Amino acid sequence: MDHVTGLRCRECGREFPAEALHVCDYCFGPLEVAYDYDQIAATVTRASIAAGPRTIWRYRDLLPVDDPAPVDLGAGFTPLIRADRLAAELGLGELWIKDDTANPTGSFKDRVVSVALTKARQLGFKVAACASTGNLANSVAAHAARAGMASVVLIPHDLERAKVTMTAIYGGAVVSVEGNYDDVNRLAAELTSEHPSWAFVNVNVRTYYAEGSKTLAFEVAEQLGWQAPDHVIVPIASGSQLTKVAKGFAELATVGLLDEVPSVRISGAQAAGCSPVATAFSEGTDAIRPVKPSTIAKSLSIGNPADGWYALAAIRASGGSCAAVTDTEIIEAIGLLARTEGIFAETAGGVTIATLAKLAAAGVVRRDERVVALVTGHGLKTVEALADDVGPTVTIPATLEAFDAAIGIDAVSGR
Amino acid sequence: MSVSIRIPTQLRTLAGGAGEVSVEGGTVKEALSALDAAHPGFSGRLFDEGGQLRRFVNVFVADEDVRFLDGLATPVGDGQTISIVPAVAGG
Repeated sequence: MDHVTGLRCRECGREFPAEALHVCDYCFGPLEVAYDYDQIAATVTRASIAAGPRTIWRYRDLLPVDDPAPVDLGAGFTPLIRADRLAAELGLGELWIKDDTANPTGSFKDRVVSVALTKARQLGFKVAACASTGNLANSVAAHAARAGMASVVLIPHDLERAKVTMTAIYGGAVVSVEGNYDDVNRLAAELTSEHPSWAFVNVNVRTYYAEGSKTLAFEVAEQLGWQAPDHVIVPIASGSQLTKVAKGFAELATVGLLDEVPSVRISGAQAAGCSPVATAFSEGTDAIRPVKPSTIAKSLSIGNPADGWYALAAIRASGGSCAAVTDTEIIEAIGLLARTEGIFAETAGGVTIATLAKLAAAGVVRRDERVVALVTGHGLKTVEALADDVGPTVTIPATLEAFDAAIGIDAVSGR
Repeated sequence: MSVSIRIPTQLRTLAGGAGEVSVEGGTVKEALSALDAAHPGFSGRLFDEGGQLRRFVNVFVADEDVRFLDGLATPVGDGQTISIVPAVAGG
């Protein structure tokens, strides 16, 4: 694995070996994988990628673990869908949806978990663990089962039913914790010190895990014919995904897969009930004040985002923006995306689309831009959020008369 | 006031390998100062040049983030636990 040279602290620059380390021993800053880009550039080509599998592993040269048989359920290479009807509704020109609902467990988390558990297995771990708002739980439990590893998943007690079922079915331990995600995450961080033989994907193997999100940028560029978009809308929970999307586009230029260094504006999307990054952006400060989340977008309910500061810096450096949307706007946006493009997103996808709509209306996302919105999770995970808003058009007895009385031809074709 | 401070892996070498240390102090700041007095080196790791907690250091009193309380001035009661936890991403 000589394309990885080690780990480096993002804060103070101290260097570490490529082991199960996630924070700098000295300053607690997060560690980042360091690559030998000259070597990667000499190896990787558009053709070598095209010859790879239709998963994230086609980009293995730019991922932090080299394994001919990765822990893989088929994550990645999800559809990039041209969204003309949604664009027309929002007054935009060229709009694309990166449809990550199509991943094996229905969210982008399969990208990061496939990378994390492949690395964890290589490092000798037998137990996969995580703290999760739901999507990560689903993915860790499934990939651990696939790899024959035990799993321990910690979730807040008030998660959506589907996310609990989609985790527990794989047979690992599912620990429902009385508290919010930040409480669960604090417990996981403390457990990591007590159980060093467990691979907590978002704690002690986070450095590798986070790199999996770069594949979103790689795929978008490849699917656009090796061109970067002008503007990407990314939901923010911990902030990790947004920073890695920015890193992914930059790396493509570094290793020569894009002809020039791309100038991609990156804008962040948050729910108003948990918007520490959007608040810091609009107030023009660097300080991210933690909040107690209260929103239907539970997968984004991280009130104390560890990578929030870096996400904020990436947004500002790219000339992007960051906004927050209400629960009502989230529900409307889920319906809008489904109605116009046939894609059913979970609440986090509603946050992305609602934020896109808000930024488009404000002229921040422009009609002359090629725009990509990341829809990161499937709607079946969060049906509770829609229970009061979506249901049968009408309920009738099983007779032709009742049907005709309830549903005229105009009602069906009139849209 | 005797309070107990939970130490994360990264800092345990400073405390002779201990995961938990008892100190005296009436506030978080006093307790952390006492920790540094007993085991020199902690302050340099926890605080930046301006005396503030480093960006990626989280401190909890009775499992509540001190940023929701009074920060370093947060009072601690006899027998309470202070946890030092590095910030971690999630999802």
